Amino acid sequence: MHPAFSVLIFTVTSGAGYGLLAWLGAGQLLGYTQAQTTDQQIVLGVIAMLLVSIGLLSSTMHLANPKNAWRSFSRFRTSWLSREAVFAIVLYPVAALYAAAIFWQWAWINWLAGLSIVLSLVTLFSTSMIYASLKTIRQWNTPMVPALFMAYALSSGGLLFLAVSGLFGAFNTTLLSTVLGLVLITFALKMVYFFWQGKPQGATIQTATGFSQASVRLLDAGHSAPTFLNREFGYQIAADKLLRLRIVMTFVAFVMPLVIFYCVLQGSAVELLSVAWLMMMTGLLIERWLFFAEARHVVRLYHGDQRT
Amino acid sequence: MKLGLVVDLDTCVGCHACGTACKQWNTSGTIGPLSDERPYEKDPSGSWLNRIRTYEVGDSPHSKTVNMPMSCMHCEDAACVTVCPTGASYKREEDGIVLIDQDKCMGCNLCSWACPYGARELDPNSGTMKKCTLCVDRIYDEQLPEAERQPACVLTCPTSSRVFGDFDDPDSEVSKLTRERAGQQLMPELGYNPVNTYLPPRNPKQQDQIQVSAMQGVKQLVNRIINR
Repeated sequence: MHPAFSVLIFTVTSGAGYGLLAWLGAGQLLGYTQAQTTDQQIVLGVIAMLLVSIGLLSSTMHLANPKNAWRSFSRFRTSWLSREAVFAIVLYPVAALYAAAIFWQWAWINWLAGLSIVLSLVTLFSTSMIYASLKTIRQWNTPMVPALFMAYALSSGGLLFLAVSGLFGAFNTTLLSTVLGLVLITFALKMVYFFWQGKPQGATIQTATGFSQASVRLLDAGHSAPTFLNREFGYQIAADKLLRLRIVMTFVAFVMPLVIFYCVLQGSAVELLSVAWLMMMTGLLIERWLFFAEARHVVRLYHGDQRT
Repeated sequence: MKLGLVVDLDTCVGCHACGTACKQWNTSGTIGPLSDERPYEKDPSGSWLNRIRTYEVGDSPHSKTVNMPMSCMHCEDAACVTVCPTGASYKREEDGIVLIDQDKCMGCNLCSWACPYGARELDPNSGTMKKCTLCVDRIYDEQLPEAERQPACVLTCPTSSRVFGDFDDPDSEVSKLTRERAGQQLMPELGYNPVNTYLPPRNPKQQDQIQVSAMQGVKQLVNRIINR
């Protein structure tokens, strides 16, 4: 699949934003945020919604006909893309009410915090299901994709929550250990995904053409220059480059932040966590690029691939 | 009604006439124009609704060249319609034709991702998705003589490899052909239940054993010995 830069930015930044909002809500319910002032909580909330908004704006950049984007709220009952759009918009007034509740110390703040967590997670789930529901791309059509998207968002959001809290001087070792555990789980999930993805399975050129008893080779694709299908689905990258990028991604997104976690636990400056967050975000951008570049749509079978 | 096409892989010669006839009709039809990019340069591109690919099936010397034209299969369980967030993609209840409302499409590409057959292509100019309409603006046109109320690709095919009809009617030509020549769906394992079927190439006729009389046998033997 062709990795569209606007979609990479969208899924990574809005993921971190929803993750941060979920952590802020969880902090309210579990009592972590009591150590923080009202202003600090509001700053965290504003950062979360800013990241979400940058992501959502970026997502509209890949639409070829954005003037009809408002219609995407209309098929809530069938389309995951429509559900994502609806939940993303519903979250804004809820987040605004939550901010007001923090500011004026409303009594039902816990309800708003809980609702913010639920809406953040549901929006994340809808985004991931846009990919996971496509039977045409076996690398995406797996329950691991929603699990991974949630894990990335909660890891990067949690790390940002820690980093900003650290800058405010409201640092909490229990929280650090929790986020550390989450990053480790995300790391393990991604390694499982890489392992599972390498196993050949699914449709082949035989089932695609119906000649199930013979070898089938493409002689002529029928066009002299690349078409929409080639550009969208024919994205091909050398295997050694993919491997190198996987290694870089693993180090930047997981290993380096984990090393920084260890240093901070050993007494290094808490400000280092901001560096860890920037690294993780860079690593996740590479991860998302790989997520697209390694996905192989079945239409490639008609263009000569033997299997996906 | 369940309208669709039967494509005969035995007789298709891969001339691309169906593709060009399709472009010619639909560029001025209900979803038109089908715009092009750099049409007169070395890398022309643009929206095209019917692509013809050629495969080698089997291994030499027993291989066979098979031409496979592919357009929308008008799937019974059309995932492209399910994933559409705007409601631009829809499947008609009365005849099962899958269409795109050009006034509603926002060009998000998701339907083209959901389609396993590469039937949907984004128009580079309008930014909306384009696909085979089964010439819906032709097959119901009562101004046309009845014999011409068929999709452009079917009318133009020089070898009559394409047949249009109603798969719900067991006595229609498409149903009969599918039944008698074991017409099959492409990539059925994805479960979209495509309506269009493809007729596999026929097996070559068995050569009848020629009965040879005793006298002829002797003559043949003599001829073989005496090399003239």
